[in-house]
Amino acid sequence: MMVFERFIPFKRLIVSIILLGLSIVMNLERRIFSHIAERFKEKNMIVQIKLRDNSLGRYYIFKDGKVKSKGGLHEKPDVIMSYESPGVMLRVMSPFRSQLEFVSACKACQLEMWGPDELSNWFAMTLNMLLTVGTKYGTDMGKGVMRYTNNTNGGPVFVYVKAGKIIRITPIDFDDKDADPWTIKAKGKSFTPPKKTTVSPHTMAWKSMIYSPDRIKYPMKRVDFDPNGERNPQNRGVSGYERISWDEALDIVAGEIKRVKKDHGPGAIMNGSGSHHTWGALGYWLGARIRFFNTIGWTPIAHNPDSWEGWFWGATHHWGHSSRNGGGEAYSTVEDCMQNSEMVVFWSSDPESTSGVYGASEGTIRRMWLKELGIKMVHIDPFYNHTAALMGGKWIAPKVGTDSAMILAIAYVWITEDLYDKEYVATRTIGFDIWKDYILGGDDGILKTPEWQETETGVPAKDVRALAREWGTKKTYLTAGGITGFGGACRTATGTDWARGVVCLMGMQGMGKPGVNMGGVQQGTPVDTRFYFPGYAEGSMSGDFTGPGHGTTLYQRMPQLPSVNTVKQVVPRLRIPEAVIDGKTSGYSTDPMSIEGQFFEYKYPAPGHSPVKMYYKYGGSHFGTMPDTNRYVNMYRTDSLEFVVNQSIWHEGESKFADVILPACTNFERFDISEFANCGGYIFNSFTQVNNRVAVMQHKCIEPIGESKSDIEIFLEISKRLELANPFSEGHSEFDWCKRFFDATDLKTKISWKKFLKRGYYVIPPTTEESRDPVSMRWFAEGKEKDTPELTPLPGDYTEEYRKGLQTQSGKIEFESSSLKRFDPDDPDRLPIMKYVASWEGPSTKELYDKYPLQLMSPHPRYTFHTQSDGKESTINDISEHRALIDGYYYWIARINASDAKARGIKENDLVKLYNDRGAVICAAKLTERVPPGTVHSYESSAKYDPVGEPGKSADRGGCINQLTPSRMIIKKSHGAGYMSCLIEVKKWDGKEVAI
Amino acid sequence: MKTWHMIIDVEKCEDCNNCLLACKDEYVNNEWKGYSKPQPNLGQKWINVQRKERGTFPLIDVAYRPTPCMNCDDAPCIKASKGCASKRSDGIVIIDPEKSKGREDLVKSCPYDVIWWNAELNIPQKCTFCAHLKDEGWKEPRCVQVCPTGALRIENLTDEEFSQIIENEKLEVLHKELKTSPRVYYKNLYRFEKCFIVGSVSIKKDGIVDCAEDARVVLYKEKVKIEESITDNYGDFKFDKLDEDSGEYTLEVSYKDKKSKTITVNVAKSINVGEILFD
Repeated sequence: MMVFERFIPFKRLIVSIILLGLSIVMNLERRIFSHIAERFKEKNMIVQIKLRDNSLGRYYIFKDGKVKSKGGLHEKPDVIMSYESPGVMLRVMSPFRSQLEFVSACKACQLEMWGPDELSNWFAMTLNMLLTVGTKYGTDMGKGVMRYTNNTNGGPVFVYVKAGKIIRITPIDFDDKDADPWTIKAKGKSFTPPKKTTVSPHTMAWKSMIYSPDRIKYPMKRVDFDPNGERNPQNRGVSGYERISWDEALDIVAGEIKRVKKDHGPGAIMNGSGSHHTWGALGYWLGARIRFFNTIGWTPIAHNPDSWEGWFWGATHHWGHSSRNGGGEAYSTVEDCMQNSEMVVFWSSDPESTSGVYGASEGTIRRMWLKELGIKMVHIDPFYNHTAALMGGKWIAPKVGTDSAMILAIAYVWITEDLYDKEYVATRTIGFDIWKDYILGGDDGILKTPEWQETETGVPAKDVRALAREWGTKKTYLTAGGITGFGGACRTATGTDWARGVVCLMGMQGMGKPGVNMGGVQQGTPVDTRFYFPGYAEGSMSGDFTGPGHGTTLYQRMPQLPSVNTVKQVVPRLRIPEAVIDGKTSGYSTDPMSIEGQFFEYKYPAPGHSPVKMYYKYGGSHFGTMPDTNRYVNMYRTDSLEFVVNQSIWHEGESKFADVILPACTNFERFDISEFANCGGYIFNSFTQVNNRVAVMQHKCIEPIGESKSDIEIFLEISKRLELANPFSEGHSEFDWCKRFFDATDLKTKISWKKFLKRGYYVIPPTTEESRDPVSMRWFAEGKEKDTPELTPLPGDYTEEYRKGLQTQSGKIEFESSSLKRFDPDDPDRLPIMKYVASWEGPSTKELYDKYPLQLMSPHPRYTFHTQSDGKESTINDISEHRALIDGYYYWIARINASDAKARGIKENDLVKLYNDRGAVICAAKLTERVPPGTVHSYESSAKYDPVGEPGKSADRGGCINQLTPSRMIIKKSHGAGYMSCLIEVKKWDGKEVAI
Repeated sequence: MKTWHMIIDVEKCEDCNNCLLACKDEYVNNEWKGYSKPQPNLGQKWINVQRKERGTFPLIDVAYRPTPCMNCDDAPCIKASKGCASKRSDGIVIIDPEKSKGREDLVKSCPYDVIWWNAELNIPQKCTFCAHLKDEGWKEPRCVQVCPTGALRIENLTDEEFSQIIENEKLEVLHKELKTSPRVYYKNLYRFEKCFIVGSVSIKKDGIVDCAEDARVVLYKEKVKIEESITDNYGDFKFDKLDEDSGEYTLEVSYKDKKSKTITVNVAKSINVGEILFD
């Protein structure tokens, strides 16, 4: 075809006309649109567009803001855009081109671009800009106020802007044009959620974060860092910063990228992000970031299955669901729970605090419906959490990390009192007799009675017996974690046993039968799951088919140049300090593709790779979120890292340890596109947490604050200095990428791009009642084919027939795990059946417990989204349960039982030092009965790190509770931490003591 | 004539503070001419969520009470204001941001502690029920819009219509004794202002202690029967809505054919009497 095209004179004629037309269009738009006129003033240059064989061409002279063009070939053009044939040119230069044509032409070298990036990328972007010129967005509210839309980690919002300033951010109240929500009928009543979006507290604090005094407003360099001389790494965290220009900052960073690759070889550049970022499919941590680092070659920091620890390393082996990090599905469980269940057990589950994840306050009303329906609730948690406080019901508080003993005792009651589903156990599970034998003392002579568990958990045997009896006779939903998975007890030293233990309990009760399932109506609303709109974890513009979930869902729908990392080395996130300081470490793979993916151990450094020499930190601070964080502080202060750059929106704890700081802007200052609560990836179809699916165009509401730039723009600017701008951007701005993303979704079948862009959101209508999804695990309970809308398990992972059975080798719930028997049947940390093993840090570790007699639990924070929205003078600081203002300083809060406080002479709002051998943190004490004696509660995720003396060696009054938590792996063969298994002592702080 | 009233259900408040944050979003850095000058970023809580814990581990409950300006019909601040504070025809009390300069005394005039002093601007400030938004046609103030549980409600009703709601929903005002005629009414205020007696009944049989379900617990005050409660499957009972510092009570606990037990408690605040064991 290509060959013949050359000989078709008609096509050549058309192409000639298009090339001539291009200059006419450019001049026309220049006259009409001032920003186009301004753009043309930026460059003086000559661009040649031609066929590769030089048989046809036209060149364009950009000079002093004007454009002229001439037919033929220029002798010395600055930029050459060369096409293989008139046919390719016609297809690619069409304003209605398909991205696949463009990408295919690039990949086959049928379209080539030559010339310095500074000019060629400018020209490519300008061409795309001509296509979108004149687009309008937002709603004029009168009196100079424009209303835009945006999206956050806690719900979509309207943004009111006047004179370039945000005056107001609100949730979205839908109007008549928007689809109506669904209705659930249960027990003779009808329930319909409100026609609006809800928000999380951190969403309502955004305005104060955008205009925070802690915004990084311009690039900075550490005063005693000289890339060409003394670098003084020992002063990181101590010496101050000086303002530098973007050019200088970008030159240093690009220069260091080149230098470390040249001096040390592949692998020298390490990058990692926090688990989260500012919302948006492009801008979250699995989009533009991955594309950029793949473009330069990098040692990725491998994420631990953070917040899913016990599920991933434990539960997976008993019921599969590796693609969900071992957590569960939730399809149609809201309706089933409301219609058929009689009781909901919340076990280490506080959705009112964690909003599931990204779920705003959407689940709250549904839990209130449960109350209205008279469905009983029980709350098992060492902390009388906010779900318990709002919903009421029995509160049972085991000592932190002992939950698995209670699981065994519940099973004991069910076995001895004949309160379980024997038919289900016989047909849908394997290995029950082995577990039963252990529970009845067959191998260790210990009956796992409620009295036995009392010695471990501190919970009266009678209460456990009462719970087991009620549970065994009522149709019960069990919600374990924020959704099924996520946070809580799965982050203790015994988290793997807890997570697999609760799966075993549900295996005894007939999981999947009407009214018997997992979830606390936080997920599983009857929205339309078949309407395609990907989450951020589907990788958006990353072009990476293996890292994020791109390969499984987005691949063909969003054609783009593939991006592949050429470096085969990774660093486990929990071992960054060891990798840097000791020069070697190892980890286990967080591979969700199969159950066995997690059995692979990898070593750092990888064979033949350079150790990490440059750390490109991106996003939120690790100091507040990773365990034993003095390790991270100390890492920065060694000379192992030759260069550290931190790309951040605000000054958080970790940013002040960089050599160069690059100021990024928030998602309110750039374009992006996304859906409410849709992350995708390992929480596939996570939008079933919301009551109304909302696709959102994230308008650029204001100009970036100070000199800050969007992450994508920063990456682009560095790419230009490495002549990588075209592979990185494909000549598209972030606005263009939004359109490409829109085209990849089903939105385009419902609403035009123009309308979507203008209105800013689209409510995806719910399905009819008849086409609601089947209930998760119902097919399994009934011995049918899997019928929920899931891509996993992958076809090869079924044992017998496709869609028959779970992902486990037997296809059944396995009380005795086949995969663990195959892998390491004698591993004392993780035996094939779930047994009770006391925490490696807790009341059973006698010597340490004598020294540090208080258990510190540090769940996910209530008000902030990890470190986002803490500190930085965000309005959240004023919430009296978030931080306490004492002597002009906002202190982190530690909740301590009144009797423990009294024994230590501590009163309400006293400053106290929480400490152990790993560190010390100064907090404000709140006296409470919400924790049992012996337990201290303090949320993790302080954004502030404020050492009172030498960093890494003194107490922190910023509130980084994770200074105290252990870095030991939850089980040896894993990459996960047991943050909540942490022993401490607490004493009054006199305000003077500095050392740990 | 329809006027504005707010209804706050203490039982439905979960301390999310969306109300406080939405309020700050609306007022920090924004001047609403004629209504309010900018609120400082930190330090003022025009709607202030108070916390109340009752009982001792493990039998407790926790409640929260959002406290905005009561927009009293007989407002002490207006009386003290010498004209710089006034009531609109729709019931909302406005402190004039211009005329009230230097009037720190207004802060003290409010018995509900909901007027805040802005030292930088030298003015007293408070919740306006988002009057500026109402005047633009908004149906709810910002705090009500973001409340996820419906704990906050705003009603624009005639006095007659609203008194019907007060009766139907058993609404109360805060500190009725102050007689300021607040426009903010509360539901389930007992969670904040009253106290309870709780405990757990258990039974020992063949050496095993179990929760005693269906035990009968009768509460007496000076030998007069006040209330009766049947224990749940955890053996728990609860007598609520008692006055704090109301003195001595007697509990008579009976379980099946066992000899009943009598316990005397002195109620200062909520009390957990612990386990009552029959053997």
